[in-house]
Amino acid sequence: MFSYCLRRTLAAVPVMVVVALFVFLLLRLSPGDPAAIIAGDMATPEQLDRIRETLGLNQPIYLQFFNWGGELLRGDFGTSLMSNLPVTQLMVQRLEPTVSLALLSIVLSVVVAVPMGVIAAWKHGSLIDNVVMSVSVLGFSVPVFVIGYILIKIFAIDLGWLPVQGFKRVSEEGFGPFIRHAILPALMLSTIYIALIARMTRASMLDVLGEDFVRTAHAKGASEKRVLFKHALRNAGVPILEVIGTGFALMITGVVVTESVFNIPGLGRLTVDAILARDYPVIQGLILVTSGVYVLINLAIDLSYALLDPRIRYQ
Amino acid sequence: MATPLSCRFSMVRRRLLGGMAMMALLSTCGAISSLAAAPAEASTLRAVMHSGLRVLDPITTTAHITRDHGYMIWDTLLGMDDQFQPQPQMADWSVSDDGMTYTFTLRDGLKWHDGGEVTASDAVASFRRWAARDGGGQMLMDHVASVEATDPQTMTLTLSSPFAYVLELMAKPSSVPLFVMPARIASKSPDETLTVEDQVGSGPFKFIADEYDPGSRVVYEKFADYVPRDEPASWTAGGKVVNVDRVEWINMSDAQTALNALNSGEIDFLESPSVDLLPVLQANPDLTVEKINELGSQTIGRFNFLYPPFDDPQIRRAALMAMNQTDVLASLVGNPDHYSLCPSMYGCQTPLATDAGAPASLTEGGGTAAARQLLEEAGYDGTPVVMMQPTDAPTVSPQPVIAAQLLRQAGFTVDLQPMDWQTLVTRRASQQPPSEGGWNMFFTNWYIPEVWNPLVSPMLNGRGKDGGWFGWPDDPELESMRNEFAKATNAEDRKAIAKRIQQHAFEQVTYIPLGEYSIPAAWNNDLSGILHSPVPVFWNITKAE
Repeated sequence: MFSYCLRRTLAAVPVMVVVALFVFLLLRLSPGDPAAIIAGDMATPEQLDRIRETLGLNQPIYLQFFNWGGELLRGDFGTSLMSNLPVTQLMVQRLEPTVSLALLSIVLSVVVAVPMGVIAAWKHGSLIDNVVMSVSVLGFSVPVFVIGYILIKIFAIDLGWLPVQGFKRVSEEGFGPFIRHAILPALMLSTIYIALIARMTRASMLDVLGEDFVRTAHAKGASEKRVLFKHALRNAGVPILEVIGTGFALMITGVVVTESVFNIPGLGRLTVDAILARDYPVIQGLILVTSGVYVLINLAIDLSYALLDPRIRYQ
Repeated sequence: MATPLSCRFSMVRRRLLGGMAMMALLSTCGAISSLAAAPAEASTLRAVMHSGLRVLDPITTTAHITRDHGYMIWDTLLGMDDQFQPQPQMADWSVSDDGMTYTFTLRDGLKWHDGGEVTASDAVASFRRWAARDGGGQMLMDHVASVEATDPQTMTLTLSSPFAYVLELMAKPSSVPLFVMPARIASKSPDETLTVEDQVGSGPFKFIADEYDPGSRVVYEKFADYVPRDEPASWTAGGKVVNVDRVEWINMSDAQTALNALNSGEIDFLESPSVDLLPVLQANPDLTVEKINELGSQTIGRFNFLYPPFDDPQIRRAALMAMNQTDVLASLVGNPDHYSLCPSMYGCQTPLATDAGAPASLTEGGGTAAARQLLEEAGYDGTPVVMMQPTDAPTVSPQPVIAAQLLRQAGFTVDLQPMDWQTLVTRRASQQPPSEGGWNMFFTNWYIPEVWNPLVSPMLNGRGKDGGWFGWPDDPELESMRNEFAKATNAEDRKAIAKRIQQHAFEQVTYIPLGEYSIPAAWNNDLSGILHSPVPVFWNITKAE
């Protein structure tokens, strides 16, 4: 197992190098000039040249890449061209809102979607199954921002129970203020994942419920609950876990709409702002970190298969 | 009895999972136990500005949000009042009889946020940095023999040749005002942007570095040692009396979210609501919806003078005849309450306002036939007009669509190229031919104080490829008239010269002014004392508890 983990981790290194090179070149080849953005409307060509020189943007691309690579090897993601702050500081500042929101959303999704899927499979073809599938289709079909605005209208504006926007950090303000601000965005974000996980759970469960060992369990007199959750769900767990893991990675990298609707200062908005401002070091840092998160989550998913299904062993 | 191996693995797994669950539970409990009471916030003013603050140097950038930030933490030597008159702010001044020497004397009690005293050396270093970067400042420096601190309280500026706009340029509120910074900060190159550590001013608010989140949130606290002037506040002049302890600027990229936040009382002030959402705000009796920047903005179209077809003045005239402000403004703003037709290049509510040279069709429409005829006489060969259309900026995206249609009706071939605003900003700096990454026409907006006279308006710069603004008209006659304007001391003379300049600019079609608009701000009725000013300022405001 250890050597497997080590091999997988080392295999991530070339992936990250390719990502770094690709992102660097893509940014330099796409239109846009940070110097022009910083200088604004009244800059003359001479002033733009001087700003480019100050920022090191007039150096040959290969030199810029090696400079950046050198900094990376020292654990330094560089400095934002716009705010002059270290990229690491900017990412750390925005990490907690995104990760805590993604965690809350994924917990919410699992808690709601897995029982929904199990029940729908158990009562296959019944009214409950149809209702669960209809809700699932709705969750897939309605754009998340529409769901967000509906939630805001009901719970924040009409009922006045929750704030319409903003974010409070667990680390600074405690769990109460955090959950008050995060529950609506988490509901909005989890809608599509509830739909996805419920469908996946239902499909996996339907496959497993037709297996011999389930019939055997019934024949041995095991209760319905035990058969469903102890025997069937556990065997149906691998694809569900994969969806949950991938969903979590997607949440971390794809929460920009939710962050905009609820004005949450997370990584998604930092990414969009950096792209619009052509803030190269920030974009590069964010994409590298995101790639790293994907690699790690995929590794964690693979390793967790063995926990769920003892038949799976890694060489 | 020995436990089978498989069972032991199973137990280990259960414990592992149980342990993870317990850790999650404990961390949640820990989080709950750290619940803290919210700080008292009766005098905290929360505002959503027109954009997020990312660049902290108001000299390097012309971004308005950075200028607004500048007015929070830095002070200016002079201010400008609502009659466009320079007034003393940090300094009073006197002018020698021959008009060649200006002496600025700092008022007593000026302190930096870190405790030091403001001196004339700081003012001199700040003046030099500003003049190296600002277009008006550069023009002024062409006439300056020396600027020096003659004693700790006095800055003396000596001209080498007559220049009548020293005070106006030093007092101008936009887009690069002359903010006074400590000499150690102002001595940085204007091409090197200031950092968080450099945010030390002597203005009415202090920048709170620990709470700064670029593009998302900026926090200011009242500077207790700031001594405001005694005169009533007017634009950027007069007493900057701060009545709130703290101001927070929260950036909201979504217009609907900002509206909801204001309606629910989570924010107090919304600088720039979306026009189509204004009726919702106006329907709320707890809110005030009012214009604070009454001068508003001018929307303009600009040609590239270097390449066909707009290197030909007659073809530019055809384009001018084809345009009409009503169509553009109706598309851009919609509600006529918030826009006005204006044939003046200097804005219609300014001392130099004039309609000289503007064709009637610009405001009244109906110039298509004349445009067609001009185009035919010019021998237009169908060269496509590469028009840049930013699709991500609502205040500049409708103009190209309407303009393209108006030009097509007049017989132009238009190649409308969609792009994001930042690509446009980069591409417009290109002096390459349109087919090789250049362009023929783009649109932008200016605050009226940025165009209100021929010296500050970048579009009326005729210095060509070396030193001119994007589009690069090479127009020595225009430059000569601007120099004449710079030397005129009499108000009537200035007005007459400005009129001639506009007449000439319309003949050459240096650019096309496409009218004015001003969007109201909205705020909670708990706020009072909000100043009407071309720059949003946060002094003078009181928040009811």
